[in-house]
Amino acid sequence: MAVGKSVKRIDAVAKVTGRARYTEDFFEPDMLTAKYVRSTIAHGRVTAVNTDKARQIEGVEAVFTYEDVPQTTFATAGHPMALSEVHKDVEDRLLLTRDVRFMGDEIAIVVARNELAASEAAGLVEVEYETYDPLIDPEDILAQDARPIHEGRSNIVGEHNYTFGGDVDQAFDQADHVVEGRFATAMVQHCQLENHIAHAYMDDLDKIVIVSSTQIPHIARRIVGEALGMPLSRIRVIKPFLGGGFGNKQDVVLEPMVAFLTLKLNGRAVQINMTREECMLCTRNRHPFYIDVKTGVMNDGTLVARDMDAISITGAYASHGHAIAAAGGSKQSSLYPKAATRFHARTLYANIPVAGAMRAYGTPQVIYALECATEDAARKIGMDPVEFRLKNVARQGDINLLSNKEILSCGLVECLERGRDFIDWNRKKKDYEQFKTGPIRKGLGVACLSYASGTYPVCVEIAGSRIALNQDGTVHVLVGATEIGQGSDTVVAQMVAQTLSFPYEDVLVVQAQDTDVTPFDTGAYASRQAYVVSNAVFKAANQLRDRILAHAGIMTDEDPKHLDIVNARIVDNRTSEAVMDMKTLAIDSFYHKERGGQLTAEISYKTTTNAPVFGCTFVDVTVDIPLCKITVNQIINVHDSGVIINPVQAAGQVHGGAFMGLGAALSEEFLIDPESGYVYNNNLLDYKFPTFTDVPPLNHDFVETFEPTSGYGNKALGEPPVVSPPPAIRNAVLDATGICINTLPMSPHTLFSAFKSHGFLDGKGGQHV
Amino acid sequence: MTDQVLKQITFTINGVKRSLAIDIRKSLAEVLRQDLGLTGLKQGCGVGECGACSIMVDDVLVDSCIFLAVWADNAAIRTVEGEARDGKLSKVQQAYVDEGAVQCGYCTPGFIMATTAFVEQCEGKTVSDDEIRKAHAGNLCRCTGYQHIFNAVEKSMTPDDPMPGQDDHPNQES
Ligand code: FES
Ligand code: FES
Repeated sequence: MAVGKSVKRIDAVAKVTGRARYTEDFFEPDMLTAKYVRSTIAHGRVTAVNTDKARQIEGVEAVFTYEDVPQTTFATAGHPMALSEVHKDVEDRLLLTRDVRFMGDEIAIVVARNELAASEAAGLVEVEYETYDPLIDPEDILAQDARPIHEGRSNIVGEHNYTFGGDVDQAFDQADHVVEGRFATAMVQHCQLENHIAHAYMDDLDKIVIVSSTQIPHIARRIVGEALGMPLSRIRVIKPFLGGGFGNKQDVVLEPMVAFLTLKLNGRAVQINMTREECMLCTRNRHPFYIDVKTGVMNDGTLVARDMDAISITGAYASHGHAIAAAGGSKQSSLYPKAATRFHARTLYANIPVAGAMRAYGTPQVIYALECATEDAARKIGMDPVEFRLKNVARQGDINLLSNKEILSCGLVECLERGRDFIDWNRKKKDYEQFKTGPIRKGLGVACLSYASGTYPVCVEIAGSRIALNQDGTVHVLVGATEIGQGSDTVVAQMVAQTLSFPYEDVLVVQAQDTDVTPFDTGAYASRQAYVVSNAVFKAANQLRDRILAHAGIMTDEDPKHLDIVNARIVDNRTSEAVMDMKTLAIDSFYHKERGGQLTAEISYKTTTNAPVFGCTFVDVTVDIPLCKITVNQIINVHDSGVIINPVQAAGQVHGGAFMGLGAALSEEFLIDPESGYVYNNNLLDYKFPTFTDVPPLNHDFVETFEPTSGYGNKALGEPPVVSPPPAIRNAVLDATGICINTLPMSPHTLFSAFKSHGFLDGKGGQHV
Repeated sequence: MTDQVLKQITFTINGVKRSLAIDIRKSLAEVLRQDLGLTGLKQGCGVGECGACSIMVDDVLVDSCIFLAVWADNAAIRTVEGEARDGKLSKVQQAYVDEGAVQCGYCTPGFIMATTAFVEQCEGKTVSDDEIRKAHAGNLCRCTGYQHIFNAVEKSMTPDDPMPGQDDHPNQES
């Protein structure tokens, strides 16, 4: 049995030896380098560009400006094509722009024989602007007379409403208590270790090859076609090993430009390799949210009503913007399915960097506000916050009232119980009573989450798998599922090994995506990969199994129903005796002159279900009031993600997510100048994502349920772990200090203001506590 | 390229002596990747923030992106490519594989070198958890939360298995 075991990652050896090749490790002879000329203001219009000096630099081959690019706007979001108008992505981007919408916008591009020349020349392109006041604050953006950031479009990119669970106003009227809160989250960045990079060349008169670090090769292919007005079949996207994405590469960022450049430069190879500073400023990041929440609660602890009003800032371009708030808001219905709930969100353009998809896609912001508000409601009625959640969270058999689907697997109650035991909640709650005054305070916190296993029914969920028997009795698997570091190739191999009854080592997965070769799949996002590929793989592996047995039947003159595969051998299932090994069968199928053929199976499958997943975080914190510092002493994430295919890899996903959640909770934020739109910290020194010394030991546990809509009982896991740590920490700080810190991150800066306004500090370095 | 920017330097790279004319403006990371095709080391920032480009120069761990290639004249350089020998992973590499310390793998070559340098320096000593964390604080990883890397470092420091060949993470059918 390969499923459920911590087999070694299929690519681990390639990676520890440095032999795994990433996009930067492929070069074409004579490859050119391109550098963007970026705006130095956040809002304006270019009145003149002078490229003369740049063109004189030795080694410069070409300079293009906004005047040279196709004038059709295109959408960059890595979504499957939407056949309905409602779900269509916003087409608001050109390859280069004359209208400047954030500091770093792309006005021109220089192509040179080497990086030095390209950088030097890019710095010599002279740009003159007509400038406008940057629109950064939601109030200014929404003002009647605010300048439209995109001409002809409202500054409101999208607006979403949901109501479920009955009459919300009536539920509030009947509630014993109504608790209100206002919350804000910061713009944070993915900081995947490999910056965005791509190159393109032409290997025929009309055929472009793009090698790119992308999570969405098949979608990138389509969008490049749309951006350049070329048929999709003339574009080939190759995705080598990928140094992380977290959603930042679920967007088409560089591919259309490198394709455009190679077209213009006679098919020569052109690369764009972003610097870290560029990558942080000019790709995508997480939408900051401002959220008002109202919660209606009864004295007995029943959550009866919820109203949430959110503003989400998508920055200069829509990217995924219109979909993020909607997706985040929708997770409430599977977490607290019984309360009458209303959700309203508006997504706004602003003259700040572009927000897009980032791990858990709007859910961290919404669940942060929701779980803080839930805590406040529990405190209002004096109920233990774990008991309060146990009383109100989803259970198996509940109906998700937004999708009107039954929740078929749900282990959230057990997740909460296990987390509570692990953190030793009841004992510590008492022990920490003595740490509620004075400079050092201690507290416990909890928060829950719910997430989905894909995007259906908003988007199509399609996955493909092809499996072929090799001459040596092993199999090669091709999937469109995109390995980006999360480990999908490994779990695919485990699934195939399980169904074929092959040793895991005998299942090889083609470890690069090539849109000319690999089956269609929309890529790595929405934690969908293992869930949606599971059905395609299950069906393909069963099909191949039948074909292998059929061939064994021909070879042995037996009815295939008496034959079976056990550990890669053909076995007579009446006697359990081995009939032949897989290699013998394979050789016969390939080389017998009259019978057989290469044994393969191929399935393209659409998943029309979307299993909710659940989890929670428990934390134990110390708050040092004079230092304005939160120390997380202990943290555990407990998840219900269905059957865990590979426990060690799954643990890695949980740790990585919890770590990112810790960063968002305590230290990570883009520092944006409110007047100019300048970002102060777009580098890894000043943007504080946790280092090895900043994280406590990370703990995890799984409550394994079996999800019947999945090929192997598994559900989503990649994104959910990032969601619940920030509210759990906020709730623990509240427990420790009695103060609601409703802004992320809870950095020393934020704590200082909060402690000062509560009279804990005198603002001159002294303390009153 | 003019002669002023070229300089002949000699060093050993993973035990092999090499002599080549390099552009004096290049970092060691660039020379190793571009001139010698040693693409194992990665660059996540190019300015000494992330540690993805970590290699060893005369047994000292350095960020090769901010180490000028000319400084490596007469030095002994070790990169990740030299760690696995005769088809066998080094103990550190094996520990990273066994402990699930690899996800996207972009930080991995740098971490392998950081751990290798640490293990070699600490041979025979007992080290604290804090020392492990501090010794790796110059290497950023955005995927793992460092937990499995921590486990791999610990495993790299344990005395050799008396029964080599035993596999404590079974991945066979059973
Ligand atoms: S690339 Fe050298 S430290 Fe980041
Ligand atoms: S494994 Fe991806 S950055 Fe470390």
